[in-house]
Amino acid sequence: MKAEISSNTAHLMVSRGEAAGRKPQRLTIGRIGIYTFLIISAAFFLLPLYVMVITSLKTMPEIRQGNLFAFPEAFNLAAWMKAWSSACTGLDCNGVSVGFLNSFKIAIPSVIASIGLAAWTGYALCFWRAKGAEFIFAILLAGAFIPFQVFIYPIVRIFSTIGLFGTLPGIIIVHVVFGLPVTTLLFRNFFVGLPIDLFKASRVDGANFYQIFRHIMLPMATPIIVVAVILQVTGIWNDFLYGLIFAGRENLPMTVQLNNVVNSTQGVKEYNVNMAATIITALLPLLVYFFSGRWFVRGIAAGAVKG
Amino acid sequence: MPKSLDHKRRFHWAPYVALAPAALIAAFMYVGTMVWTIWISFTSSKMLPINNFVGFYQYQRLFADERWQISASNLVIYVVLFIAGSLVLGLLLAIALDQRVRAESSLRTIFLYPQGMSFIVTGLVWQWIMNPELGLQNVVHQLGWRSAQLDWIVRPHLAIYVLVIAGVWQAAGLVMAIMLAGLRGIDPELWKAARVDGVPLTRYYLNIVIPMLKPMFVTAIVLLAVGGVKVYDLIVAMTGGGPGIATEVPTKFVMEFLFRRANIGLATAAASVMFVTVIAVVGPWIYVEHFRREKGRKPV
Repeated sequence: MKAEISSNTAHLMVSRGEAAGRKPQRLTIGRIGIYTFLIISAAFFLLPLYVMVITSLKTMPEIRQGNLFAFPEAFNLAAWMKAWSSACTGLDCNGVSVGFLNSFKIAIPSVIASIGLAAWTGYALCFWRAKGAEFIFAILLAGAFIPFQVFIYPIVRIFSTIGLFGTLPGIIIVHVVFGLPVTTLLFRNFFVGLPIDLFKASRVDGANFYQIFRHIMLPMATPIIVVAVILQVTGIWNDFLYGLIFAGRENLPMTVQLNNVVNSTQGVKEYNVNMAATIITALLPLLVYFFSGRWFVRGIAAGAVKG
Repeated sequence: MPKSLDHKRRFHWAPYVALAPAALIAAFMYVGTMVWTIWISFTSSKMLPINNFVGFYQYQRLFADERWQISASNLVIYVVLFIAGSLVLGLLLAIALDQRVRAESSLRTIFLYPQGMSFIVTGLVWQWIMNPELGLQNVVHQLGWRSAQLDWIVRPHLAIYVLVIAGVWQAAGLVMAIMLAGLRGIDPELWKAARVDGVPLTRYYLNIVIPMLKPMFVTAIVLLAVGGVKVYDLIVAMTGGGPGIATEVPTKFVMEFLFRRANIGLATAAASVMFVTVIAVVGPWIYVEHFRREKGRKPV
């Protein structure tokens, strides 16, 4: 199925605006209907982004009196400042900036480690006939579909025993382990698509397991590495559950801090600060999305199973 | 694939060493933890796991628990409506985009961007939009429709539908991308032929195109179903399971009893029920898709 998705989305990407359907017609009732539907849908999809941005630029009195969709009277960045550096999550009042750094501390090593392991595993699965390899792959694949709650408690116990619970290495390991199915799948499917003669020729030339990986396969895999990086960066940045349980108080990622800021029951609700914090949290994945567009599409099709 | 050259006779240890990390992860972090979870569910464990076998006692308690019943029925409502809503909206968007419209790529970007956001972000934004005092309801009231009631998020029987809206908002773009890829794979000659035969457009789509998109439907439904069953962050951010326990779901039930109420026997029973349900649905599909009709080259 995954291979199907990637070839389909590959098709989607190359066909830039080339609708294969029917010839364009003159402006008929049907065409007006289609455009109306598309415009209303676009408004529905953009609405939360719009509301988020304008709310963050308003002052609280303006929010209390005004209309959710009304444009702010003046661009007020005070809420952004507060969200970044002094919004409160329970007792601490350091804003989401702490979480921002924590998310980087978690994401960078997790992305590198998980992609390295996935490329390596995908390569071994695809080109080398090892007994039981398909079985390992089947377990990983099935694991991608199973809710995390099935694994969580024993992992907490194991990590507590060996001192990894609530530490930075602990959360990184969790990301690597549970990112492995989807990323391995990406690499395996990519390698399956490469001509086998390439591999055979390298063997004939006397290259060993590691050399073929390092000098032949890895350089060829650049496009899929890009897809995997985008997928993992956004996936790990957006993670909430793993970070909540495994990161520990010192390393809580941004999503967890954001939720604590907004859903904290203490004090008066400051909707402008909440929305500013929300945008700041969404900023990195949104930038990645808008700048990587077509690569991103390939990733989400594979990554959707991650949930 | 031929077994590969002259190396056939020699034993290759390198791939076994290379696959060791994945094998260890699969064995301990996936299978081992899962078996352990299931084992705990058959014991009378409370705060810490103990090996006192009690059979299906925890499962009896689970199914008698009102919070679980609400969680399970909420999940059914959520998953069914989430899949249906995302499929319908995604398919309509894909069909509309396939009519040679202007600005297609910008529209695609707009429909897909929610996929890049965290469920926490989605949940918090929709929580604000649906705010009973200052949100959408207030706007509609100001427009003059005073009797409109859009404060669903604080109404126990309606809050789950707000979650569905947010979920569909996030996932419809993915369905659109999958369906659009499918539509682009359909030969344009088909429509010409159908038109010559006098087939109207709606019937062309309903009777010809949609059946051809069957593999895309299967893919989309599996992805949505899995995402739907795993729903957790969205609910934590948006309603926190409330009002009361009106929007509790099984994932949240498990987390609640594992980490807040220290009743791990009951929590693992709930997790095991989720596990069995997911495997029953996904197992046959994985088998069919990946192992039975492996088309083209098998991995060597």
